[in-house]
Amino acid sequence: MIAFAIRRFVQALGVMLVVALISFLMFRFVGDPVNQLVGVDTSPAEREALRQALGLNDPVMIQFSRFIVRAVQIDFGISYQFKQPVAALIASRLPATLELSFVSALFALAVGVPMGVYTGLYRNTLLARGFLAISLIGVSLPTFLIGILLIFVVSVNLGWLPSFGRGETVSIGGMWTTGFLTRSGLLSLILPAITLGLFQMTLIMRLVRGEMLEVLRTDYIKFARARGLSRRAVNFGHALKNTLVPVITITGLQLGSIIAFAIITETVFQWPGMGLLFLQAVQNVDIPIMAAYLLLIAFLFVAINFIVDLLYVAVDPRIRLGEARR
Amino acid sequence: MTATLSVRNLRVEIPTRGGVLRAIDDLSFDIAPGEVLGVVGESGAGKSITGSAIIGLLEPPGRVAAGEIRLGGERIDDLGPDQMRRIRGRRIGMIFQDPLTSLNPLYRIGDQLTETILTHERLSQRAARDKAQKLLEEVGIPAAGARLSAYPHQFSGGMRQRVVIALALCADPELVIADEPTTALDVSVQAQIIALLKRLCSERGASVMLITHDMGVIAETADRVCVLYAGRLAEIGPVRAVVKHPQHPYTHGLMSAIPSLAGDPDEELAQIPGAMPRLGAIPDGCAFNPRCDHAFARCRAERPHPYPAGASDAACFLHDPDPARRPPEPVARAAAARGIAAADETPEATS
Repeated sequence: MIAFAIRRFVQALGVMLVVALISFLMFRFVGDPVNQLVGVDTSPAEREALRQALGLNDPVMIQFSRFIVRAVQIDFGISYQFKQPVAALIASRLPATLELSFVSALFALAVGVPMGVYTGLYRNTLLARGFLAISLIGVSLPTFLIGILLIFVVSVNLGWLPSFGRGETVSIGGMWTTGFLTRSGLLSLILPAITLGLFQMTLIMRLVRGEMLEVLRTDYIKFARARGLSRRAVNFGHALKNTLVPVITITGLQLGSIIAFAIITETVFQWPGMGLLFLQAVQNVDIPIMAAYLLLIAFLFVAINFIVDLLYVAVDPRIRLGEARR
Repeated sequence: MTATLSVRNLRVEIPTRGGVLRAIDDLSFDIAPGEVLGVVGESGAGKSITGSAIIGLLEPPGRVAAGEIRLGGERIDDLGPDQMRRIRGRRIGMIFQDPLTSLNPLYRIGDQLTETILTHERLSQRAARDKAQKLLEEVGIPAAGARLSAYPHQFSGGMRQRVVIALALCADPELVIADEPTTALDVSVQAQIIALLKRLCSERGASVMLITHDMGVIAETADRVCVLYAGRLAEIGPVRAVVKHPQHPYTHGLMSAIPSLAGDPDEELAQIPGAMPRLGAIPDGCAFNPRCDHAFARCRAERPHPYPAGASDAACFLHDPDPARRPPEPVARAAAARGIAAADETPEATS
């Protein structure tokens, strides 16, 4: 188990290095950083001096190592646009995005898994067909349209929920701002979380349904029934657990995408998260922010995958022993 | 004495787009207490479907359309799902073909055993676990106590089938349906598993319905044998009678197709021409008539029902007790030459 974890960890490090290289190359070669920093009337001599001061004349490998060393210390330089350290900018936006993503994922799981189990078990009932029809809408409608529709119906016409922003937030230890602790913060979360999680929810539902249908046909389910086990024990104890490995994988990967693609939802709801920051960075060619964002998202994906791998082992004994024997 | 299992005029239908298929048609048989009944037939003859119908686990849309199934005299084919669930495992145990896929890969053997035991008996966790260990010992798993916490993939195929047998026998059922219990196993392990199954069932006084296409297994294990063809009963009788003196032309063909060690190695094996009809295309009259050497006009028009034939019952007009309706003389003579004859003519043939 520990050897397994270490191996996966080394692999994860490798992936991070490659992403760091891409991020670094972007920083270094998409346009000239010096051009971004100075005005049009700066003399070539001054530019050269700046270039020297910034270390841009050093060999690429040295620059890359410097980039890595700084990245490890969470130093991504100064934003061109805000003239503030990128790390601080992202840190101030990160809680908003993480809270939104977490709630969306929770919503997707809490609604998607039961719906999937239901449609798998009772696939011919009217309700199951209804769920499937809804899921088709969830899969095919673009996120921004869902967001705008929700705002139009729930906020504008019904006036039940706020249409933008995070509401009031509470700061915890100066590091984290949370919307979980205020009424307006929680209310503001609902619409964006549904918008962001709807696609994942339908995906999870369809996945669980497909897996359930498959597992219910297996011999061990037939044998479990032949032993007279209760419906609940068969459906939830024996069948559902066997659908979990693929569900965990997809949910994990989807959590990564939820965070990465919160951009659209954050734009629609003016949610003050990283996605909004990233969009502004793209508009202003603020490369330090883009590079840091790329690294951060890659890190989240890698970290989630790592956790997913460990979870497999917890769910499926065959993976555990297969690894131990090697 | 009431039969442990009594199946009367069972009909199983599978509705499809192309029409309703009759997977089992007018099948009747009994299994006496402690008896081992072998059920043989080609693939698709309806052996497994009969087993599923008895235990109430037909795959929808398959359904029991007519007839009745009685367990210990009580009718069970019309029970509700909950009542039927209480019979499964407790009164009827079932063993499936592939031990590699019969056990849930994610649960320890001990947990699967105790879960099943606790479903059927009011016991404490500890007592259930003790019972599970005893069962594992009984089915011949070494170091049973330690193996309780092993996962299915840590067992070999033969060992897994032993675990499956232990699971099926958890609640001491009065009937065990074994659906090709050795087909997926190594030949060397097959005999052990069959012997084990037979011993455990006879110790418990359980009747066994042994579904297989292996005549060797049947000959060694079964008391009586039931031969199915295209979802219908061809012949049923004591195993020696059916093997030595088959009374239905189909059974006769089956038996002559078994190679014998004593026979001439250069002699070609007998085979029955043609193939079993698909369920959607069963001919009128006797299902076997297109392939039968002895078929006559009546076989193509009318469906034979089982008639007493020697020690067995055979669904064949050669055995019609009404002399006026028997086959024409040349057909009867040809059949008699092969040992298939009307019951009143050769009563000693089966002894």
